Amino acid sequence: MSGLILETRGLSKTFGGLRAVSDISLQVAPREIHAIIGPNGAGKSTMVNLLSGHLRPSSGQVIFNGQDITGLAPNKVSHLGVGRSFQRTNIFPSFSCLENCMLAAQSRMKNSFRFFRRSERYPLVRERAEQALEACGLSSKGHSTASSMSYGEQRQLEVGMVLATEPSFLLLDEPMAGMGKEESSRVVELLAELSREYSLVLVEHDMEAVFSIAKTLTVMVNGQMLASGPLDQVRNDPAVQEAYLGDGEEQF
Amino acid sequence: MHALPRPIQLLLMALLLLMAAYPLFGAGLAGEKHDFFLQQLTSIMILAIVALGLDLLVGVSGMVSLASAAFFGMAGYALVLFAPEYEAVSIWVALPVCLGITALAALLMGVLIIRTSGIFFIMVTIAFSQMLYYLFHDASFAGGSDGAYLFMKPVVAIGGVQLLDLDNRTSLFYVVLASLGLLFVLLRTFLRAPFGRVLLGIKENEQRVRAMGYNPLFYKLAAFVIAGTIAGYAGMLSATQYGFVSPGQLSWQMSAHILVMVILGGMGTLFGPILGAFAFEGLHHWFASLTPHWELPMGVVVICMVLLLPRGIAGLLLQLAARKPTKTSAVKLPRVSQQEAEQ
Repeated sequence: MSGLILETRGLSKTFGGLRAVSDISLQVAPREIHAIIGPNGAGKSTMVNLLSGHLRPSSGQVIFNGQDITGLAPNKVSHLGVGRSFQRTNIFPSFSCLENCMLAAQSRMKNSFRFFRRSERYPLVRERAEQALEACGLSSKGHSTASSMSYGEQRQLEVGMVLATEPSFLLLDEPMAGMGKEESSRVVELLAELSREYSLVLVEHDMEAVFSIAKTLTVMVNGQMLASGPLDQVRNDPAVQEAYLGDGEEQF
Repeated sequence: MHALPRPIQLLLMALLLLMAAYPLFGAGLAGEKHDFFLQQLTSIMILAIVALGLDLLVGVSGMVSLASAAFFGMAGYALVLFAPEYEAVSIWVALPVCLGITALAALLMGVLIIRTSGIFFIMVTIAFSQMLYYLFHDASFAGGSDGAYLFMKPVVAIGGVQLLDLDNRTSLFYVVLASLGLLFVLLRTFLRAPFGRVLLGIKENEQRVRAMGYNPLFYKLAAFVIAGTIAGYAGMLSATQYGFVSPGQLSWQMSAHILVMVILGGMGTLFGPILGAFAFEGLHHWFASLTPHWELPMGVVVICMVLLLPRGIAGLLLQLAARKPTKTSAVKLPRVSQQEAEQ
């Protein structure tokens, strides 16, 4: 392989008569942020679910690190190093932040059929969880109950939990969804930081944020890939400009 | 699972000590009825053990099972049928055989049903219980609807020296009390260890647990086997206590009573279902002394509890403990936010 970390070949998913994702072939190189953008209903979330194993593709292949992972269950995909975050905040609300991250971290032990020693007494679990909290900027909130934190902090925790599973590749589904300007710029910073260590696929709505950090871009419309490639090239693609980006008169 | 607030720890310790001391002062207090009370307390604690195990499924992992009585009864029958008729069986043989049978049965049943959830899980656990009920009800080898007798209690002895006389009501009382206490501590330990964390995670958000790389089915199956085995252990104790087993012990109504104990006591707290067993049985005896239709007032109590105290007796106690001014606010904060989470 030409050093690609993730590649899809002709990936399609149909729900009944609806082609939610149709013939998508994209390539992600190591240590780059690849963004997938598109209007509502373009099939972005379906795409994420196909990549993480939450949905089984109707046809096509997903290749991760040279290995065909098409149709693998999400827990197996996770163990190969794909860390996925969710669009809707998906944490354990009654756990503290540290416990959220520890549960993520202990998933890297061979199994969790360990009945006697407390989770936090496993040094590796605790260290990983603390590192992940630090990386997502929540180390001071370790003992706060997740449900008591602000929405933005919960989104940060979501990313922290993904990091605690020690992934080599991050699949982030709208990490900035529903955030205010200030919060989302903090997440952009965090993502830029992460891209030094991880390869990253980012599904996003917030284009300003995407353009400031993504290196490559895929634009989806109606389940189809309109364009995919280096950021500037795709941005200046006339088809993309017409269909999605408007004529430069942004309306937000 | 967090550390229990201090006042609750003290309360539980006090109750434990009170129970442990009962055989000493009971005779003076209750007079002639002492023996009866001792027997009742023993059987309530046996039910509390089943409720404790069921809480691991219902309260901790979010699986509502109505099969606890099936394992309870199965182990009782296993003991009766396995023991030779005119000779006492050694506990060192009976215990592994009975627990092994229930664990195996729970494993087989679990493998078949663990993929279902919600109402379907409830229905298949009822179906399995009823199959077993009718098996023992109609089968001649186990005495059919008349039940079967255990003529000699199991012997607890090492090298011919008797350690415990299970025929003695007081000894049995202490065996059951110790079992209850140890199982409580054991399950709390499990919940703080990685295994329990995964179970708690499954209840809150199974999809996310899977996304983090776990296969929730294995953990649910393990919880099901553990709960079944605990119910089996209790069933063995019960058969030992009464020397009698009947198909009624396997019926799903019996499971429903256990479930009500868990709900009354407070799901997911482990100590709640123990208190729930005492509350349920206490009310049961009281209502039964007033009217033969004791289920009627009991139903009213259950409805009121669910409406007014959805988190059961334990929830009420935890709330009271949190309201008391404590030295650190650390105890207080998590409780408040947990309530918010439920809103």
